[in-house]
Amino acid sequence: MSFDFLQDKDRIFTNVYGFQDAGLKAAQKRGDWDKTKDIIKRGNEAIIEEMKASGLRGRGGAGFPTGLKWSFMPKEAPLDRNGNPRPSFLVINADESEPGSCKDREILRHDPHKLVEGALIAGFAMRARAAYIYIRGEYIQEARVMEAAVAEAYDAGLLGKNAAKSGYDFDVFVHRGAGAYICGEETAMIESLEGKKGQPRLKPPFPAGAGLYGCPTTVNNVESIAVVPTILRRGASWFKSFGRENNHGTKLFQISGHVEKPCVVEEAMSIPFKDMIEKHCGGITGGWDNLLAVIPGGSSVPLVPAAQIMDAPMDFDGLRDLGSGLGTAAVIVMDKSTDIVRAISRLSYFYKHESCGQCTPCREGTGWMWRVMEKMRDGNAEIEDIDTLFEVTKQVEGHTICALGDAAAWPIQGLIRHFRPEMERRINERKGADSLPETLEAAE
Amino acid sequence: MPKLTVDGIELEVPQGATVLQAAELAGKEIPRFCYHERLSIAGNCRMCLVEVKPGPPKPQASCALPAMEGQEIRTDSAMVKKAREGVMEFLLINHPLDCPICDQGGECDLQDQSIAYGKGGSRYEENKRAVTEKYMGPIVKTVMTRCIHCTRCVRFSEEVAGVEAIGAVGRGENMQITSYLEEAVNSELSGNVVDLCPVGALTSKPYAFEARPWELKNTLGIDVMDAVGSNVRFDARGREVLRVLPRINDDVNEEWISDKSRHAVDGLMKRRLDKVYIRKDGKLVEAGWSEAFAAIKDVDAGDSVAAIAGDMVDCETLYATRALLASMGSDMLEGRQTGLDYDVSSMSAVNYNTGIARTEEADVILLIGTNVRWEAPLVNTRIRKAIKNGAKVFAIGEEVDLTYRAEWLGNDAGMIAKLPKAAADALKNAQRPMLIIGGGALGVKGAHGDALALAKKYKLVTDDWNGFNVLHMAASRMGGLMLGYAQKGGIKDIVKAKPKLAFFLGADEVDFTQFGDSLKVFIGHHGDKGAHAADIILPAAAYTEKNGTYVNAEGRLQRSNKAVYAPGDAREDWSILRALSDVLGHKLPFDDFAACRAAMITEFPALGVEAVADYGWEAPKLDTDAKGKITYPIKDFYLTNAIARASETMNRCSAELIHGEDILEAAE
Repeated sequence: MSFDFLQDKDRIFTNVYGFQDAGLKAAQKRGDWDKTKDIIKRGNEAIIEEMKASGLRGRGGAGFPTGLKWSFMPKEAPLDRNGNPRPSFLVINADESEPGSCKDREILRHDPHKLVEGALIAGFAMRARAAYIYIRGEYIQEARVMEAAVAEAYDAGLLGKNAAKSGYDFDVFVHRGAGAYICGEETAMIESLEGKKGQPRLKPPFPAGAGLYGCPTTVNNVESIAVVPTILRRGASWFKSFGRENNHGTKLFQISGHVEKPCVVEEAMSIPFKDMIEKHCGGITGGWDNLLAVIPGGSSVPLVPAAQIMDAPMDFDGLRDLGSGLGTAAVIVMDKSTDIVRAISRLSYFYKHESCGQCTPCREGTGWMWRVMEKMRDGNAEIEDIDTLFEVTKQVEGHTICALGDAAAWPIQGLIRHFRPEMERRINERKGADSLPETLEAAE
Repeated sequence: MPKLTVDGIELEVPQGATVLQAAELAGKEIPRFCYHERLSIAGNCRMCLVEVKPGPPKPQASCALPAMEGQEIRTDSAMVKKAREGVMEFLLINHPLDCPICDQGGECDLQDQSIAYGKGGSRYEENKRAVTEKYMGPIVKTVMTRCIHCTRCVRFSEEVAGVEAIGAVGRGENMQITSYLEEAVNSELSGNVVDLCPVGALTSKPYAFEARPWELKNTLGIDVMDAVGSNVRFDARGREVLRVLPRINDDVNEEWISDKSRHAVDGLMKRRLDKVYIRKDGKLVEAGWSEAFAAIKDVDAGDSVAAIAGDMVDCETLYATRALLASMGSDMLEGRQTGLDYDVSSMSAVNYNTGIARTEEADVILLIGTNVRWEAPLVNTRIRKAIKNGAKVFAIGEEVDLTYRAEWLGNDAGMIAKLPKAAADALKNAQRPMLIIGGGALGVKGAHGDALALAKKYKLVTDDWNGFNVLHMAASRMGGLMLGYAQKGGIKDIVKAKPKLAFFLGADEVDFTQFGDSLKVFIGHHGDKGAHAADIILPAAAYTEKNGTYVNAEGRLQRSNKAVYAPGDAREDWSILRALSDVLGHKLPFDDFAACRAAMITEFPALGVEAVADYGWEAPKLDTDAKGKITYPIKDFYLTNAIARASETMNRCSAELIHGEDILEAAE
């Protein structure tokens, strides 16, 4: 093993396993809320520049540079019709619903103060008036912990008027969703926060221009915000020292499926897949020869077959080169006992179930794709149906308002790209079985 | 003004245009379902995808994309063709394709566009989705399996009609459009969603399975249900007008009409007067034309003759009657049946001067004794637009739901002269203030004068803005006033004169007991109150059965055309009067309709120009200091005239939407 594994001293999330208390006192012992005032004193521009220099890319899946995103927020508040300045908002996306993803949950329930402090600093940097933490409806305990953490922070004077004695007024609101995957899409989240049906908005206008209640808004992932205080304390160059060019920093990886010890672990970016599994997960069940395929970034990225993933660096660019993506770094490992067609079909069902129904290709296409996938499961189809299915995924991809259409199409495209022989085998086998009684009949 | 190219054609488009509009300016057709010029942009059907450079390497929804300098737009590339075919295929996989039994057939966007942009076949082999029907009231029939989720109806009800009654429930392919709790959509504009629906999901309930569009003869007409003068199209088959659809006129009704304008026409086949009747021994019995004319001659009225006009009478009829009375030596003409006697010495003081379209530009609006939602639904939509642009609305009168927030100042006509500070300040500081005084307030002595005083005090009238408006409710009102159908003391003056002979031109709202001694001749088309009280009934044509000129509330002169023939013995009004004049020995100088109209125009040149009449601005000195409560004249929106009262649809609307009766659907 040649990789420089992340050392304990460089871990940002020191309580990710919940061995210590989540409360304010314990968090302060771990270094949270330490001289927050001094960080804020550096000024908006300095903080945004430092974030840009750190090379942090959004941890929610798309990997957009976080510092750059913040810099899109207006420096002068835009005026409304009556000439009053509009406030700006930070919305923190804690609607973690991507199958396979479970990193934000660990932050919410074990290290909530990292997020609250990050919200204050990020909110200050982008001149926001308040932050809304939108927590997935199913995360009941996590929402309670988060609410308690926010209340603690208010009591300690870390939020509210003159937050952390910085002279900046900032509020944080915890909002619970009702359990819809699509509300993790940033504009659907904004609609949902406004009390409407969670459906993505058309872009442009982008949220930085007109977001929550028509005001400038930035939506960031929980992890993106929670790492901010540590980056600013230890410096951009420290964060940048991990990972390959353009893929810097540390990252919470969530490994599930057919490994000996599934886990959530903070590691340096660009760690090779094999090293990560060996070091943290105790290897693949049944050994490396038993590995079939890996979905490296949560359900919406295409799968990668065993041979290709083995030595791949786990980062945005490395996985993109394999025709997949890092996504949320939710690594789903599948060994050879997996019915791969059924696995992808189950994901298709998920997207059919979670499509908001607003735009045509996704509303109609996800159902169609799932139904054909179900037929593919037991080969109840024709060989040409595979091509039709592929074309349907292409008809959905890139034609929708938000990325859910793409997310529904990609897993199937990955399956067809890498496992077409398996799909054809099922069709042929079924045909063979079907034709047997027919020949018998003919003989009579 | 951004410069761009569409399929290689260079052009400049207005600032703020979308790519779709740019393509249309270049003469390229862009298929669409959800996009509609008068509604907000949804961008959800994805049919209008085009290729745009610079931009991401995928097709873009042109309806929602702003046109920018230097864009290269392709509407004819392989990518665009494929994208359209893809979306079309998706739209059709769950569409039942039951065109042969669908009322939208022949005028269906989905049919048309699938022929033009579809692939001609489907690869979908699974079962189609079925959706349960939804109840949306007496006007809108639903077959929700056909719905393609364009949300036009949702946006219309929310943005234009102002009732948040239609919405979407469920997600993904289970998303369904429905009314709130499946209650009837309580809006007087609900019929417009039928026009908006690009497929057959929402169709007209009263018109269900009546006809195919290619069987219908289309005639351009003017609506007479209120004083807006909505531009409509009469669709007739044989002798029957089967439906009424709006025509686009941005100055008047945009492209909407009220449910009454649309659906009262089934009343044209009911309770019609198709024979001449004479009252003998207290009973109306059938008679012939000459017998009736002789009976009128027998009265030997001399100049003791009067005429009262109803609410839906065209100018030509009014003119012919006026000419007949003039030849007999009388000018006892009145159109305000219910007894209103407001001053008409200045036409500008009884006109909707701002103009219906320019209502949108107002920034402060004061409503005085008018329930605009019922008296002129399409003026109400303009007020909603003004509010969207930032206008404030104050209202004097009994509180009603106008579909927007108005600040109610109380039901006291005294408030007109003593506006509270908030309203007074708003009017004072407004750039384009306006007031609308309705029929309810005109009935209160002094209110008209108070309103005129307000206009002066708050400078409602400037060089390029006139904010003084009277909102009438009768289609015949402005034309009638121009033709002198107004006595100083209103109908009371005529009652006082005790005419021997009184003509009632479709007048059904008159208190007929006042005319006990007169021979009451009813010239009209429906057996309503007027016919019941009449001594002689001369059957005439309804508005769809004759050519005619109408002047709407803002003084706009418009002409309507004859779609069908009047039933039975009924004749066009002018010809009845012409024939009668001959018998009475005062032969009118015209032998056909064109001559009648020409004579009218010679005498009243203003009635010959199809435009908004220029009344100038002159405020008469009137009594002020109004006092007391204001009552709105319309008690039931759906039953305001004889045609509507005869209409089954309107009666059902009234029972269900006004009186809250549950109408059970007959089990099929």
